Amino acid sequence: MTHDEIRAVVVRSIESVAPEADASSLDPKVDLREELDIDSMDFLNFVTALHDELGVEIPEADYPKVKSIDGCVAYVAAKLDAARAG
Amino acid sequence: MMGEFVMPSLGADMTSGTLVEWRKRPGDRVARGDILADVETEKGIIEVEVFESGVVERLLVEPGTKVPVGTPLAVLGEEAGGAEAEAGAVTEAVTEAVTEAVTVTEAAAVTEAEAVTGAEAFESAYAGARGPATGVRQTPSARRLAREAGIDASRLEGTGVHGTVTREDVARAAAPRAPAKAAPAAGERPRISPLARRRAAELGIDPSTVTPASPDGVVHARDVEQAARARPAPQAAEPPGAAMRRAIAAAMARSKREIPHYYLSTTVDLGPAIAWLEEENAKRSVTERLIPGVLFLKAVALAAREVPEINAHWAGESAPPLERVHVGVAINLRQGGLIAPTIHDADRLPLAGLMAAFKDLVKRTRAGAIRSSEMSDATITVTSLGDRGVETVFPIIVPPQVAIVGFGKIVERPWSVDGTIVSRPVVTATLGGDHRVTDGHRGGLYLAAVERLLGEPEKL
Repeated sequence: MTHDEIRAVVVRSIESVAPEADASSLDPKVDLREELDIDSMDFLNFVTALHDELGVEIPEADYPKVKSIDGCVAYVAAKLDAARAG
Repeated sequence: MMGEFVMPSLGADMTSGTLVEWRKRPGDRVARGDILADVETEKGIIEVEVFESGVVERLLVEPGTKVPVGTPLAVLGEEAGGAEAEAGAVTEAVTEAVTEAVTVTEAAAVTEAEAVTGAEAFESAYAGARGPATGVRQTPSARRLAREAGIDASRLEGTGVHGTVTREDVARAAAPRAPAKAAPAAGERPRISPLARRRAAELGIDPSTVTPASPDGVVHARDVEQAARARPAPQAAEPPGAAMRRAIAAAMARSKREIPHYYLSTTVDLGPAIAWLEEENAKRSVTERLIPGVLFLKAVALAAREVPEINAHWAGESAPPLERVHVGVAINLRQGGLIAPTIHDADRLPLAGLMAAFKDLVKRTRAGAIRSSEMSDATITVTSLGDRGVETVFPIIVPPQVAIVGFGKIVERPWSVDGTIVSRPVVTATLGGDHRVTDGHRGGLYLAAVERLLGEPEKL
């Protein structure tokens, strides 16, 4: 999966928990929780959506790494690479 | 014969609702819990479910019709027989019933003048406030269908109530383009008098949509004027969320007017709960992970069994305790406003099941797909300010309930354990109680039960 493809999934997952947001126009570096005013339940639904679409498990301890779109894309790409290599 | 399916009451302050879209047709089989129609209320477009299984015999109300609560909307029959209603008869019945419904509406307008004022503007606060600045309203089924068909529903012109995009609008857009409808043959321009053309421009009417009345087939000025009169009055532009704000105002004003609230507060040590959650979540897949909020819900529901008079509906002179515990969950809408749909039998759901229900409810609330049964029958409500708010909320009871529990944000605070000061995650739990039903003493026992239950998370 290319970074662009991952990014598209990330954006779609954000929109599934914040349908009122235009996720594609978000600054990819900002903290999603702050920017979109999403709470812990929305964030869990976001992480669940990523899991459902990409099969990636994100442990709670790693939540800080996936708080922005860029962070999320990098994290998921690394996980997918590791899965392929492993 | 199962009888009539009526406009449900989807909240204490709902006096009427607008039928937005039928999800079933005459002859369709329905099972208990199936969604029969989308109904628009001040709280948004709600999916209305049926409570019995059977067959839709007749639809009595046309989309776009606003009717009082209790008005028959459809006739449901037994599975066998009467299933295939003839199209002609149905149309007739619908017309008849609509006339009837309108009469009822008028009658209600007289007796419930005040209430109707509140219900006057039937914009969908919920759907209207949603979405980017364009704020195109869609019914939940339209949204789903659009997603499936890969159509951007926000670009469609809605034919539903107040321009709401319905499932049919999406289906039409999804269908391969039909041959242009009865358009004038090439080169043949619609015949229209010059005066009519001028009037059409003044009135903002597209002349090609006007049907000429005279036998010469020429569109005259009076035809244009007729079309302008028949045109639905444009909706007064209202800022997004205004209708929902009105609905909240009505419910909360009633609460503060009628309910003598008392308030209690206690600080709960969440050390054990947070530690237990971290340990549990490390073992669980993301799909099964828990959040503190679900522990709050379970503790509130279980404590209601211990102090049953907290779990009740005010019935005019008293509030007999209710058998089942349905917890309303206040969910903040980021576009403005608040909605408190219900998780049924929250006291009996295991944590995993409660979490799944909670998760699904938040997701559907965000997407605008709440069901009728989730809008009406909460027996107690929980309001939680989330991770980014303040420490204490003094919650206001949602009538006809008699209690509401509030949780502030979880914060680290110095805490004394066996004579030593340690840092602990704590939350302030509050109770808004109805003094007509309980006193501070019983309320205190209730809140203490919530606190005790949160101290033993593994037992929740």
